[in-house]
Formats: sequence, structure tokens, C-alpha cells
Amino acid sequence: MSNPIKEPLLHITRRKEMPAKKAWAIRIGAIIASLIVCAIVTTLTTGLDPISVYGAMIDGAVGSSRKVLILLKELAILLCISLALTPAFKMKFWNLGGEGQVLMGAWATTVVMMYLGGVLPNAVLIIVMLIAAVGTGAIWAMIPAFFKAKWGTNETLFTLMMNYVAIQLVAYFIIVWENPKGSGHVGIINQAGREGWLPNIGTNSYWFIIIFVAIITVGMHIYLQYSKHGYEISVVGESQRTANYVGIKVDRVIIRTLLLSGAICGFTGWMMVSGSDHTITTTLAGGRGFLGIMVSWLAQFNSIAMIFAALLIVFLEQGAAEISTSCGLNQSYSDILTGIILFFIIGCEFFINYIVHVRKSAGKEVA
Amino acid sequence: MFDLVSFIPRAIIQGMPLLFGCTGETISEKAGSLNLGIPGVMYVGAMCGVIGAFFYERSCGGADLNPFLAIMIPFLSCLVGSLLMGLLFAVLTVTLRANQNVVGLAMTTFGVGFGNFFGGSLMKLTGSSVPSIALSKTSIIFSKALPFAKDLGWFGKIFLSYGFMTYLAVVIAIIAAYILKRTRVGLQLRAVGENPATADAAGIDVNKYKYFAICIGCMIAGLGGLYYVMDYASGVWSNDAFGDRGWLAIALVIFTLWKPNVAVFGSILFGGLYILYLFMPGSGMAVKELYKMLPYVVTILVLIITSMRRKREHQPPESLGLPYFREDR
Amino acid sequence: MRNITKTFGDITANDDVTLDIYRGEILSLLGENGSGKTTLMNMLSGIYFPDGGEIMINGEPVMISSPKEAFDHGIGMIHQHFKLVDVFTAAENIVLGLEEKGKLDLEKASEKIREICDAYGFDVDPKQKIYNMSVSQKQTVEIVKVLYRGADILILDEPTAVLTPQETDKLFAVLRNMKEDGKTVVIITHKLHEVLAISDRVAVLRKGKFVGDMITAETNEQEMTNMMVGHQVELNIDRPTPVDPKPRVEIEGLTVKGPDGVMKLDDVSFTANSGEILGIAGISGCGQKELLEAIAGLQRVEKGTIKYIHDDGEVEDLIGKDPLQIAEIGVSLSFVPEDRLGMGLVGSMDLTDNMMLRSFRRGRSMFTDRKTPKALAERVVDELEVNTPSVSTEVRKLSGGNVQKVLVGREIASAPTVLLSAYAVRGLDINSSYTIYDLLNQQKARGVAVIYVGEDLDVLLELCDRILVLCGGKVSGIVDGVDAEKRQVGMMMTKLGGGAANE
Repeated sequence: MSNPIKEPLLHITRRKEMPAKKAWAIRIGAIIASLIVCAIVTTLTTGLDPISVYGAMIDGAVGSSRKVLILLKELAILLCISLALTPAFKMKFWNLGGEGQVLMGAWATTVVMMYLGGVLPNAVLIIVMLIAAVGTGAIWAMIPAFFKAKWGTNETLFTLMMNYVAIQLVAYFIIVWENPKGSGHVGIINQAGREGWLPNIGTNSYWFIIIFVAIITVGMHIYLQYSKHGYEISVVGESQRTANYVGIKVDRVIIRTLLLSGAICGFTGWMMVSGSDHTITTTLAGGRGFLGIMVSWLAQFNSIAMIFAALLIVFLEQGAAEISTSCGLNQSYSDILTGIILFFIIGCEFFINYIVHVRKSAGKEVA
Repeated sequence: MFDLVSFIPRAIIQGMPLLFGCTGETISEKAGSLNLGIPGVMYVGAMCGVIGAFFYERSCGGADLNPFLAIMIPFLSCLVGSLLMGLLFAVLTVTLRANQNVVGLAMTTFGVGFGNFFGGSLMKLTGSSVPSIALSKTSIIFSKALPFAKDLGWFGKIFLSYGFMTYLAVVIAIIAAYILKRTRVGLQLRAVGENPATADAAGIDVNKYKYFAICIGCMIAGLGGLYYVMDYASGVWSNDAFGDRGWLAIALVIFTLWKPNVAVFGSILFGGLYILYLFMPGSGMAVKELYKMLPYVVTILVLIITSMRRKREHQPPESLGLPYFREDR
Repeated sequence: MRNITKTFGDITANDDVTLDIYRGEILSLLGENGSGKTTLMNMLSGIYFPDGGEIMINGEPVMISSPKEAFDHGIGMIHQHFKLVDVFTAAENIVLGLEEKGKLDLEKASEKIREICDAYGFDVDPKQKIYNMSVSQKQTVEIVKVLYRGADILILDEPTAVLTPQETDKLFAVLRNMKEDGKTVVIITHKLHEVLAISDRVAVLRKGKFVGDMITAETNEQEMTNMMVGHQVELNIDRPTPVDPKPRVEIEGLTVKGPDGVMKLDDVSFTANSGEILGIAGISGCGQKELLEAIAGLQRVEKGTIKYIHDDGEVEDLIGKDPLQIAEIGVSLSFVPEDRLGMGLVGSMDLTDNMMLRSFRRGRSMFTDRKTPKALAERVVDELEVNTPSVSTEVRKLSGGNVQKVLVGREIASAPTVLLSAYAVRGLDINSSYTIYDLLNQQKARGVAVIYVGEDLDVLLELCDRILVLCGGKVSGIVDGVDAEKRQVGMMMTKLGGGAANE
């Protein structure tokens, strides 16, 4: 007696593990595939030779020492935001509010810079700005964390909404601070006296940003990997029951971690205002709060891998800025390319985590 | 004196893109998919419509447009564009089980880039000096008010002075609410979003429902983008003008507690808050930005209050954002 | 069902089982935990597909590969974990997934539901939301759902486990009505008095094998217990005589309610002594989990006291303290929970990091010390012969026995004075089990008060010095491990006080 067993055509099971090498091979394969697709899309939509477009992009991103410096600065800023969001994600707390937290940090920096600029000695001023930014960012992130810890309020939606509250708040102040009146811009703040500006190394202060972020990268790596807090974050993220079992106070860990997350976002805002932009706009964060989520996620929360993930995205953006002038494409082209590459990388994780079994043509026979 | 008769129509046309987006997102969320790509989808929908209209207007040269084609071409291109975005989201999150938040945000990056890039390309084609594309001929057809609107005074102005897509938005929202609440399909869709394991055990094809909900949701949301360009903006596309309306649509979903019929009024309220500053005597330019903050603040309050009251009907769908994998049971 | 076999990995859940179910009868499927009752019935209801054997209905061989197909054959099962959507009403849940023609008419459905209710004596409000319902009401909805689909054969998996005695009586009345109506009912249970109260026939499974069946009227509790537990097996587990036992944990009047308001522990009192192993016997879900969690500070307690007595006679009250506070007052309490990877360990962390769970707070430094846990992990791997590639392997990749060794190894490493363990050998092979018994005995020799919750009576009888028997959250009795009889304990598990045991 034998029964044909009905089996679905495709049967998917979770993979136990995959050697790291193979997993990386798949990821790199996905990136290459996405670049090919990007090339095809480029040709189809613009009629340009994709090789020359890529060439122009590389040139735009790293074509001169100044471009490399700008690339590094942009990398540092994106990386810093990604690092800020990482502890929250590791705890399975979806902090989509990076955008707002950065902006609030920048806002606090600007407030101090405008009203205390010239009042305090420059070194003290910069430190007060820093403290204000870190504190404001932390509070901005702490609000949703508090409600999450106390009442389980959905943090994904809450943090998302907080971004736009921050944007509108900054929009309000921009008009209050308008300079010149009616321009809709704040203009360069303290241009004459450079109060509250980070000192220059060479022609600008980008190196400060790069060095700060390098320190934060190492610090975050150590914090997550080797500190007691980092350990608690991992346990809470993996299983709240285990956390309770060993007496970790989940509420406290959630709030503490988001304070840190927001503080680093605020720090980023400070760096941008004090060290690079010297002004504030509502688009200061420029979607990096969201890109940071993807960087962090692509790097699987590994601080070091994040450098490369952030580099990929920043490279595309800087490169696309170049082709917008040289090939007559517009700046948004990089968003399309970033999108395509992300879709491929996101999709390929499936093949790392699951096995697809295709049914053999004949049904299995059972004795 | 607060001029209600001119305020309400303006609030309504501000609100309708949100209503489309909100209805689409609600359908998707009810099936358990938190699609944060909606802002991107709305951009893509708008842009595809613009592309369709642009080439149709060009092909007509100076001649008059055929009203039917002038509507159908942008309309269908918009639907196709949004559908493709929906399929992308569905393939990645349902079939490939990728994280919904990450995919959604990537889609928003992509979609906004798509809109602005092709917007830029079309501007180059027109060779115009202003950074925008004007499709006024198409827009006139889209925003044609009901014929007897002018004869009915304030009533006509408040209720009848809109283009057909305004009524379409309301009709879609009400139909969606009806389907979700009263039909078998709606019941099963909600079951998928609440408890996919139970739905699966009851013989419902979870993945099929999710695919349909995501795709239909995206198509509806895409129409919101089209409405914005063709009706609200009088056919003028300029990059980034659509702004944060996509996120506002997601806020509206929460604000209305996942009820598209409530969203009809909610969208007008949000639209009203958006333009309230124009009608507030003496308020400066700055205060306007604070008014624009109101919808988000109100939404956050709703989110907090519902989570504190823990009334089950007002919670997000229980498995919102979670992938479903039968073997994980 | 003919010659049904089902295996999960290395474990054979059902071995060549042949079972007949007759029309219009109430059949009890009796067996201890893990005897394969539920697995067998899951194959009938389309959850699992048998590896071997065949299922025949009315003499026709049939294939049942999904719950839907089971319904088509008139088979419906009510699982222990209800499959209901909480925010839906009863009626919405009942019609969910049905492919009826026409539009959704909940009024009509409600009408039909009321008819079913009237016919069998249920009490369901079709408009009530599930989250407002008690467990018993939810169960009723599940039964109505199955009947609504026209099932002739109803399988109920331990339906009374979650019910009060009054609710149980009501359920049984309904089941009898259904039988009158010609429906077949299979009830999975391990409660003997229920078998006697409700069923016409009883079939007994033991360790995945079919032992026998008989007409209920012609049997008695004694015979059923014997069939269910089998003969006492010699396991040759060591049981050194306790050295100088002193009261260590005194529990008085402990009462715990579950999240749904169901009484989980009712006025439980006992004393655990140092230097002895106190066994806790009982059918699963009789409050064992709550008892251990209450002692460990993880469970909210309604009433009662839990006193810890230090060596110097000082007494500490443990009620209202969380695990951290318990540790801070100098009580070294270890807990090997039932859910090893979901609670005791973090599956995605390696051995070293899991060792740290208990100790990571030590020291003033902001940073964790990984050297000590690594050394501990290596020692545990070495001493307990944990089979792992290295101490930096994720624990979820280890086999069940090795996971348990890691967990037990960590818990005893902190030199506890109280060791709580729940189902410490569940799913373990013979060798690993003996390793665990030895470890427990070593702890006992160290003067630890060991509380061992177990399900295998043979083990309990040979390992433990005293055995506390729980029945429905109450203490059914405490027996001496050395001269207790298996049948006696079995009876106490199913009936408060053991009843017939004293005859």
C-alpha cells in the first residue's frame, strides 16, 4: 500500500546556519546584480552609456582630495546616525525617529549659538551647544520610549510622527530667525565672528566630524559588544522573558537605550550645525534618519560593517551629485539607484536565512 | 470673520490626497502589512500620471484633448506604476519575508527619487526655464466641477465644486470601509492581519490576501498622488512639492483608528489644519508651521490614548509588521 | 486508524497505533503526558500527516492533509490553544474561512448559531467579542465553530484542563446531548474520573503505543491507572540518604491566579528541606510552573507566604521580590525553567554569553567580564560532557540534551542553596538524563534544597526523597519517596487525596 503524499511545489524552511563566507558571497552577488540592473535602468531611461555614468560617479565621489574629504564627512554623518539607531534596533525597538532627533539636536545647537554666541567664550559656547544638543536629542527619543515601556505604545508609528513634529517646530523657528527677512532661510549663523563654529583644520572643520565619528564607532562597538549595558540590550532584544528571568528591568533598559540613541542623534545635529553647515534647515537631516535605519539593518547591527554599508550609500549620493552636472541627470537619480541596490540586498537575505526546496517531479512514495 | 464657505472647499482639496493614501494604507495594514513605502508610492503614482499626461498632451500638439483619453491615460499609468510598487513590496515582504519597515523606507527613498528624477527629465524635455511642468489642459479636465455647482450658491461651492477624483476618493473610502467591515473578504482580510495562524488554520490563503491587500492599497494610494498633481496643484508638477503628505496619510490611518469612512472627515480635518493659518487673522508666516504640526501632534495623542485605554478595537492590527511563516508556529 | 506511525526527528510520537472509533460514542483517549494522544488526533484532524499507516472512514481509506480536508470528512478538532481572532465576535470567528455563497450575512449566521446552541444546550452570544470571553466561553465558540461546519466527529484535546468543575459539568452535559444526536466525540484526557463520568469506551496509549481499550462501564480507576502508567520500571537511580535535612523554604497558603483569573495554585503549603530532593508530581498544568515561578520571584502571588530560612536560622520573606532582589538579600536561588531556550537561555547567544546571564552584573566595571564565564563554559562543557564545537557556538544549535546541560551547569555553578528544576530531563536521551540525575544528587549532597518537577513517575519515585503531588493547583498529598507506590501517586495525581489509594 502506498500513498502519494501531497507536497507543495515549493517548500520553504528556515536555514539553520550558513557559513559566513557563503552569506557574504550572496550579499556581494546581490550588489553586483543590482549594479547591473542599475546600469540597464540607466541606459533605458537616459540613453547614456552606463559605464561612463558609473565612471562619472566614481570621479564625482573620489575624484579629488576635496571630494574625498566631503565623502568622508558625509560618510561620518550618516554613520553616526546609523550608530545612534543601532542599540535601539538591537533591542527590537524601531526607532524611526532619527530624522527628528538629529533635527532637535541641531535646533538646540542653533538656539545656544544664536543667543549665547558672543556672550560666552567660544570654547565654553561650543560645549554648551553640545550639551544642549545631546540633551534635546535624548529627550526627543525618550518620549516614545517612555510610552512604549509604560503602556506598550507602538514605537514605530510614534517615533515616525515625532519626526514631523520636529520638522514643523524647526520650520517655525526658521521663520522666526529668518535672515534676511522674507528669504525663508536662516542664513549662515555668526558668519562674522564664527562664534560656536568648530575650529578649522585646513579650510574647514570636517576632520573634527570624521574624528568624532571614528571615536563613536569604536565606542559603540565596545559598548554593544563588551559593556554590561550592551549585554542587557541583547538579552532584552532576544527575549524579554529571559530578561525577566535574570532580573533585568526591561522598562529601564528601553528608556536608557533610547536616551543614548537620541543623544547620539542630537550629537550628530550638533556636528552638522557647528562643524559643517553653520545654519539650520528643515531638511538638515535630509532623510538620513531613514537611510541610517537601512545602513544599520544591512550591517546586521555590526558597527564595523556599518562603515561599509554607509560608504556604499554615501558613495552613490556623492557620485550622483557629480553626474547631475556632467551627464545632465538630476540629483535624485542617486535615490533611484540606492533604492534598487537596497531592494536587492534586502531580498537576498531571504536566501541566506531560508532554503527553498523544489518538489521532485514525482510524488514521494511511502511504504 | 472666519470664512467657512471658502475654508471648507480648500480643506477638502487639501485632504483628498491624504484620503487616498490613508484608504490604501488602511487596507494594507488591515492585512498586517505596515507599508511605510506609501509616501514613495504616492510619488510614483503622481509621476506616472504626469508622464502619461505629458506625452498625451505632446502628441496632441496644440489640438484639443479628448477628455476621455486625457483622463484615462494618466489614470491608468498611475495605477500601473503604483501596482508595480505594490508588487515590489509584496514580493519582498511576503514572499521573501524581508522586514516591512526596512523595505518600506527603501521604497520611499526610491519613490521620491523616481518622482523627482523623472520630473527633472520631463522639465528638460520641455526646455522651460521654470523648474516645473504644467499640464494645465489635462488638469482642467480633471478638476472640472459639476456643471450646476455655480448655480447653487454656498451649497454648490462646498459640495459640488470639485473634480471627479474628489468624489472618487470618498466613494473608494466608503466602499473600502464597507468591504472591510461587512463582507466575507473583509472579514478574512482582517483575520489575516490580526492572527494569520488562525486564518491559515481556517483555510484562508494568507499570502494571497496579503498580496492583494498590498497591491490594491498601493494603487489607491497612488491615485492620491495623481489627485495632488492634476487637481490640487492644477497640473503643475514641481519636485518635492508633494512634501510630507505621504506621512500625513499614514498618520491619518492611526488618527482614524483604521476606519476609511472616518478618514473621509479626518482627511478634511487634517487638510483644514494644514491651511488653517490662512484663515486665522493676524497669524504670521511662522505660526503657520506650528499649525502644520497639529495633525502629527493629534495623531501622537491618539496613539498614546488608545494604548493607555487598551480598548481592543482601537489597537493596531495585532500582527501588524510581523511576517508570517507557517513553519514558525 | 490503522498502524499509524509518526516520528519527529529521533522521537517516535506514535508507534504502530491502531484505533477504532465508532459512530455515536464518546471515546476517551487516555494516557500520560507525552504518550502521543494529541499527535494521534492531530493526524486525524489534518494538522500532521502520518509517516506510515492509513486512516479509514466508514471503511474507505482517506487522505487528510489539511484541517479543511478533515472538515470535509466531518472531523473537527478543538485544540488546547484556541484558534480565535480576539477582536472578532463569536459569529465572525465561526464563519471565518467558510466559502459560502452570497454576501456575508452575520444575522443569518447568528441565527444558525443560536439553533446549534439551543439544540445542544450551549450558551453563546454571537455578538460577543472573543476578548471579553472567559476561557470556557471561548471553548464553547470553538465547539460551535466545528459544529457549524457540520462535523460528525469532534475531537477535544484536554477540554477540561482550563475549566472549573461547574464548567466541566456543563461541557459534559453538552457532549452527551451531541452523542444523543448521533455525533461521535473523542476526548483526550488524563483524568480518570472524567473518563468514568463521560465516556462509553476508553482507549489507552502509553509512550506512543496503543495499550488497549475497554468499555468504560467494565473497568475501574485502578485498572486504567495500571494501563496508563504501566509497571514500575527499575531505573537504578541513586538516592543517597539525605544528610542533616533542615527546613530551607517554607511555603504557607500560597495562592496564585493566572492571567485569565483562573486559580492556578490554591492554598499550597509545604516545606522544602536542605539536603533533599523534593519531587513535585502532577498532571501538566496543575500549577507546577506557577509554583516554581512564585518561588523564583517571577509570579504575582495572591496570598500566602514563601519563607527562606538561612543556615543561621534567619528568615526572609520572598514574596513581592523580583529575582534581582532575591539575589541581593543573599539568597542563592537557581532555577532551571521548563522553557529552556525561551527563558533560561538566549538561543542566539553562545555558551559563554549564556553563562553570563546570571553573573554579568558582577564587579564594578562598566564592562562585562568574559573571562570568568568563558572559563565556566569550558568547565561545564568539560565536566558535563556537553557536545559542542566550541564555547562560542550559539546554544540553539546544540541538541536538546546539551542545551539542558548548559542550563543546569550554569544554574548549579552559582553554588545555590535552593535549586528549582522543571522537567529537567524532558526530551533528553537516557545518558543525558542520568547525567542530570547525578548532578541533582551532587547538589543534594552539598546540602541544597532541590525541588524537582517531573512527569515520569518512575523517575520521581527513585530520585526523590519526598514527593508532593499536585492536583488541580491543590496539594493532593506528600508521600515518602522510598516507599511510595506508583499506583498510589498516580491516583493522587488524578484525584485529590488519592481516594481509592487508601482502600
